[in-house]
Amino acid sequence: MAFTTEIGEATIHGLAYVGGLARLTTGAARAVFIDPFRGKPVRLARTVHQSMLIGVRALPIISLISFFVGTILALQGAYELRRLGALELVANAVAISMTRELGPLMTAIVVIGRSGSAFAAELGTMKVNEEIDALETMAVEPVHFLVAPKFLAMVVMMPCLTAWSDFMGICGGGFFGVTNAGFTWATYFHATLSALLLRDILTGLVKALMFGLVITAVGCQEGFRTGLGSEEIGRSTTAAVVKSIFLVVAVDLVFTTIFYFSAS
Amino acid sequence: MTMFGKRQEQVPDPALGGPAIRVCDLRVNYGEREILHGISFEVRAGETMVILGGSGSGKSTLLRTLVGLEKPVEGEIWVGGRNFAAMSEDERDELRKKMGMSFQGGALFGSMSVGENVALPLHEHTELDDSTIEIMVRLKLDQVGLSGFENYMPAQLSGGMKKRAAIARALAMDPEILFFDEPSAGLDPIIAAGIDELILKLKKAFRITMVVVTHELASAFLIADRMILLDKGTIVANGTPAELRESQHPRVRQFLDRVPEPELTGEIDYLQMLTGENPPTRQ
Repeated sequence: MAFTTEIGEATIHGLAYVGGLARLTTGAARAVFIDPFRGKPVRLARTVHQSMLIGVRALPIISLISFFVGTILALQGAYELRRLGALELVANAVAISMTRELGPLMTAIVVIGRSGSAFAAELGTMKVNEEIDALETMAVEPVHFLVAPKFLAMVVMMPCLTAWSDFMGICGGGFFGVTNAGFTWATYFHATLSALLLRDILTGLVKALMFGLVITAVGCQEGFRTGLGSEEIGRSTTAAVVKSIFLVVAVDLVFTTIFYFSAS
Repeated sequence: MTMFGKRQEQVPDPALGGPAIRVCDLRVNYGEREILHGISFEVRAGETMVILGGSGSGKSTLLRTLVGLEKPVEGEIWVGGRNFAAMSEDERDELRKKMGMSFQGGALFGSMSVGENVALPLHEHTELDDSTIEIMVRLKLDQVGLSGFENYMPAQLSGGMKKRAAIARALAMDPEILFFDEPSAGLDPIIAAGIDELILKLKKAFRITMVVVTHELASAFLIADRMILLDKGTIVANGTPAELRESQHPRVRQFLDRVPEPELTGEIDYLQMLTGENPPTRQ
């Protein structure tokens, strides 16, 4: 009996958590897409600042990781393809894996580590210092002021970062192709372009957009849920990272399944 | 519905010298536990009301409820002739623009300079241009004795200066009611006396209605026009500082004479002290 009660409670908590994420996301979406028409413009300066933090500052690390992942993919692909005598297909393997899956996923992991955790820590510190309460007493809605700029920056930056990650991953694969598989850079890129469909790139970018929404919602929700005391900020930050990674993979599974069945 | 209308008539406009805030039978819970057990009092326009009470007495909860950060389960908070507790979020925000709140730790936004902190409500709620806002920020900082600190970050300020900056931010929208949460807590006596003096100066200069939560007796008796003593979520005394000094109520005497509580022997005693009720026994 106790076991079933626990399962029931855990399910309700899980649903309530996802409900909270949905409410936060719709609140931020309303602030970004609807409220500007009601005379409440989006705070552009804060959005640009967030875009710098989320996007521009993440470029070096995303470039490096994606390049390495591209090279690893090529190495792993070549291991099997060489036995089949189809080493020239390594460009196809890298291009499709990067754009459909690993570009969005690696970008999401880096953004979770850099920005999702930062959202939770920033909002958590503000909660502990009563700054969120101060905003409310000043009649400034916290979601509008704090979450909406992060939301908009993430919606713009995640697809951009992912597109760049795709490109760097392909370059990483190209590095192997040129040094070990008899390609030149020109033939490698040509092989990549002929292997890719626009659909491959677009599905990756749609996933990236969804990951961005998940990362923003989880990071901000964990920040807002921070209890009193500075050790709570550590808890929120850890929870934001762990839950974001889990939810990003779950969302990835859902969208990959949808794309698979809608293509067939 | 008729009762609602009747109530509204009973609360005169503060501009006519009536109560600025009237609290009727306020009950507030944290989860299952009731913190405030039916509080009723009035704050007259232009007066400084001090809410005294020990730790766990519910005074901070009362203040948070008055500014709308906690929702009461029952009761009414009449501000300017309207029930603050029953308003929609938009109506409440409109009223909040006429209120200012100074938090215990200042609650300044760490990522913004002092000037930006003070300017924030003006940027959010007015159509003023940047140069006018800049002048107003300078004026507000001057009023609290922080001229020239516009470009400092909150982390660069001392505790007393942070409180002053927070008061400047609370004053930004020229509020009709100012709330202070423990204005002199954590400050040395000299700095705390400076904050008391600032509160007195603001009172004299602007006749703002002020509600101050504190447990610092010296400060309370200096700034108060009237005081409330809260104990275990109920009001045990309500009157002028002189009346409170004369009170023979045992809890008032204990608080004013600084008599310590007998040692608590367990969790149940502690809960009982907090709630004033017999807590449910553990199953």
